[in-house]
Amino acid sequence: MPTLKFMFAVLTLLGSSIAAAADFTLEERIAKGYELAADRNAGNCFSCHMAEGAEQPGNSGPPLIMMQLRYPDRDQLKAQIADPRMRNPNTNMPPYGAHHILTDQELEWMVDFVHSL
Amino acid sequence: MKHAVTLALFTTLSLSVWAGPEEDRTAFVQFFEKRFPSIALEEHVNGAYALDEDKRKQWEALESGFPPYEDAVFDGEALWDESFANGASYSDCFGDSPAVKQHYPLWDAERGGVVTLELAINNCRESNGEKLLDYTDYAMVALSAYVAFESRGEPIAIEVPDQAALAAYEEGKAFYYQRRGQLNFACSSCHLEMAGNKLRSERLSAALGHVTHWPTYRSKWDEVGPLHKRFMECNDQVKAKAFELQSEEYRNLEYFLSYMSNGLPLNGPTTRK
Ligand code: HEC
Ligand code: HEC
Repeated sequence: MPTLKFMFAVLTLLGSSIAAAADFTLEERIAKGYELAADRNAGNCFSCHMAEGAEQPGNSGPPLIMMQLRYPDRDQLKAQIADPRMRNPNTNMPPYGAHHILTDQELEWMVDFVHSL
Repeated sequence: MKHAVTLALFTTLSLSVWAGPEEDRTAFVQFFEKRFPSIALEEHVNGAYALDEDKRKQWEALESGFPPYEDAVFDGEALWDESFANGASYSDCFGDSPAVKQHYPLWDAERGGVVTLELAINNCRESNGEKLLDYTDYAMVALSAYVAFESRGEPIAIEVPDQAALAAYEEGKAFYYQRRGQLNFACSSCHLEMAGNKLRSERLSAALGHVTHWPTYRSKWDEVGPLHKRFMECNDQVKAKAFELQSEEYRNLEYFLSYMSNGLPLNGPTTRK
């Protein structure tokens, strides 16, 4: 009996989070990604990357332009942000997913944003 | 025969031991020569201002006139000249001239540890029955500011005299290259690999010359503060654990970093943003 109740709870939880994610339009998700990229206490991506809309960007990383062309595969882009050490073990880019700097949801928004560049 | 082998072994061993820090330093210096071919090595004592024209102009304006570390130097001189309760004074520990900063940090074989200038000041007080100064205390900052000022122009002359000293040096070196914190940066990520780059609008200074000008007035601190306070801030920035002022970790780190700057002229105190 308690198992059933528990399963029901999990199902409702899952259902509500799916609903919440679907609540945002692509534009809103891009905007959320941008906020996180600009926030010094979150992505702080612009400290290293030039990108459209970046204020006082740094220059330690390559400019983020034409990203859909360079990363047609969304998962590959997400992997690059989540753990850039996979591609370059000596990278100076922080491992945003592996070190829990951004949550998985935030990484998704970040990918939406970067893909829009 | 057996003797000859042992002797040969011993010589190669000790050779490699003594060559270590000097080889490291040569590689370190060459790295920056290659990265900044148009910048004279000695220029790096000016940190980010050696690499950024615009910022240098603002800085030179701040340095001229009445630089904000001047009071600390004057107050430090007065403290230096005061006698302890037992009649002795700092010159009984440090010699007649306060121009000694180039030798610090030094390896103290008796105590088995790296002694920074600040620690030496406290050791002097202790051996004369005075109470120890807190490392954040204005008196400590002022005393070290005075010694730094008097030592201006002296080339850094750090020595690694024996095996135990070498171990401390190696600890400091390992710390320097160790990635740490949530953001996964080593000191070397920012001050070697990315030196000269901009992080936002901040120009990253070269590690070479990092130790030549302390204590330093920082606008951000609104006061003169020690090198280890800057270490703490750089650790904090990458969300890594910061150590205490004068902790063994930071003293060893200062030892390594100072050795890397051997030969560069002292130019403290100074000002930074
Ligand atoms: C401290 C510097 C730094 C920060 C901060 C940083 N990056 Fe990077 N990034 C790099 C460097 C350097 C590279 C080049 C590849 C490498 O060395 O791994 C890179 C590569 C990339 C690439 C691959 C580009 C290409 O052309 O293949 C993407 C995408 C990227 N970064 C996105 C981001 C995002 C999004 C953020 C923030 C959430 C971020 N970066 C934060 C330094 C940084
Ligand atoms: C994420 C980048 C980053 C890391 C990692 C980092 N620093 Fe810094 N550091 C800075 C910035 C930015 C400044 C201020 C601009 C400048 O002078 O380089 C600075 C300044 C300094 C200064 C003062 C330079 C001067 O001219 O007065 C010292 C000394 C220093 N860092 C040492 C260290 C040490 C030691 C470590 C490792 C424990 C470290 N830094 C790690 C970014 C970093």
